[in-house]
Amino acid sequence: MLKARVIPCLDVKDGRVVKGVNFVDLVDAGDPVEAAKAYDAAGADELCFLDITASHEGRDTIYDVVSRTAEACFMPVTVGGGVRAVEDIRKLLIAGADKVSINTAAVKNPDFIREAAEKFGSQCIVVSIDAKQVNAPGDPDKFEIFTHGGRTPTGIDAVEFAKKAVALGAGELLVTSMDRDGTKSGYNIALTRAIADAVPVPVIASGGVGNLTHMVEGIRDGHATAVLAASIFHFGEYTIHEAKAHMQDAGIAMRMDDTI
Amino acid sequence: MSVAIVDYGAGNLHSAAKAFERAARDHAKTPDVFVTSDADRVAKADRIVLPGVGAYADCKRGLAAVDGMIEVLNEQVGKNAKPFLGICVGMQLMASRGLEFETIEGLDWIAGDVTAMVPSEPELKIPHMGWNTIQVRDSGHAVLKGLATGDDGLHAYFVHSYHFATAREQDRLATFDYAGTFTAIVAKDNMIGTQFHPEKSQRLGLGLISNFLDWAP
Repeated sequence: MLKARVIPCLDVKDGRVVKGVNFVDLVDAGDPVEAAKAYDAAGADELCFLDITASHEGRDTIYDVVSRTAEACFMPVTVGGGVRAVEDIRKLLIAGADKVSINTAAVKNPDFIREAAEKFGSQCIVVSIDAKQVNAPGDPDKFEIFTHGGRTPTGIDAVEFAKKAVALGAGELLVTSMDRDGTKSGYNIALTRAIADAVPVPVIASGGVGNLTHMVEGIRDGHATAVLAASIFHFGEYTIHEAKAHMQDAGIAMRMDDTI
Repeated sequence: MSVAIVDYGAGNLHSAAKAFERAARDHAKTPDVFVTSDADRVAKADRIVLPGVGAYADCKRGLAAVDGMIEVLNEQVGKNAKPFLGICVGMQLMASRGLEFETIEGLDWIAGDVTAMVPSEPELKIPHMGWNTIQVRDSGHAVLKGLATGDDGLHAYFVHSYHFATAREQDRLATFDYAGTFTAIVAKDNMIGTQFHPEKSQRLGLGLISNFLDWAP
């Protein structure tokens, strides 16, 4: 039976982790590879690096991070942030990424999704959708795509864009509710479900996790097949194992293998 | 002992190579693992690995575009019976035909077609992406030695929308369940092929790779 996935996400800037990773036994908590190894050993089902490096010169650092991670971790790795061209994807895949997530570039130019999927296969193209709920309370749900870290509205309907992204070749969607991100009040379940029910491909729920029940809700009520979280793991509030055990207790089939 | 990982432009060879290097490092025979697009080097290797991600037709064309590679594979794997491991689309290429987007001939080592997966529950997502358990036929196989399989066993990492429907049940070593029974591993003589990614499957995957290095078909 296919299991739901728990995916820790590390923000990386100039080759260093920016939001603290608070584990014992980490020699260098700022090294994304050390953090990746810890998550690998802890039973994470996948790993996500979000490269938030602003400078052009700093961008090459992510290739080194991915390459060193692939030497040590034998699980799937997705890399996102600043992916704008086919050449960016090629370099990340060669470095050892399994999947690449495209965000702003896909919104600006949806044909980039098609180009990427045709070149590298849908299985490695994740389209990342950052959306906010924009309807007035009591009105029918309406979700709009925002870019640039949630600052720039686009006027694009998130569910319609999700369908289009899949039609163009996206193999998976990472759906982040920008109005929940950082609030710890839980995923926006209405958003997650609206998109998950509208597309045939897997959806990863993201943005707003504050406790383990939120992860259960993402799968059970949001119809996601994977849940992504950052701070609750990085700051040691919960371990990966605790998250998976909690989800399993709630009736969700989880992979509980001992790791290497 | 040497292990050639065939490079024909089909995606991510880095992680396959790293997983083999890791398994090789822990291995008594410390095999020499290399990635190559040189048919002569593949011909001289003791074991051959064919990875692959992406679309079937692209992979087949990519393989055919490497000078002499298909001939060497047919000779070394078919005639000289060297141990062979196909991974994902590399496994699917062992089939007679692929029916993804267009019908295209495979290497035709194991009879059957690569066709779209159609789970009986329409709400299930395609691609089949993530960790699943595998069910192995009773006779087992040397490449799975010491590895727990079945519903309570270890998990394998899959990401694919098509699967290898073998013509003969005996060529199918393991299956997985996704509202339907689909091929997880094919095995025939000196050939083995996994739909999942052993290089991404932690204990099950590294164990399988290690067993493959020991395997004497």
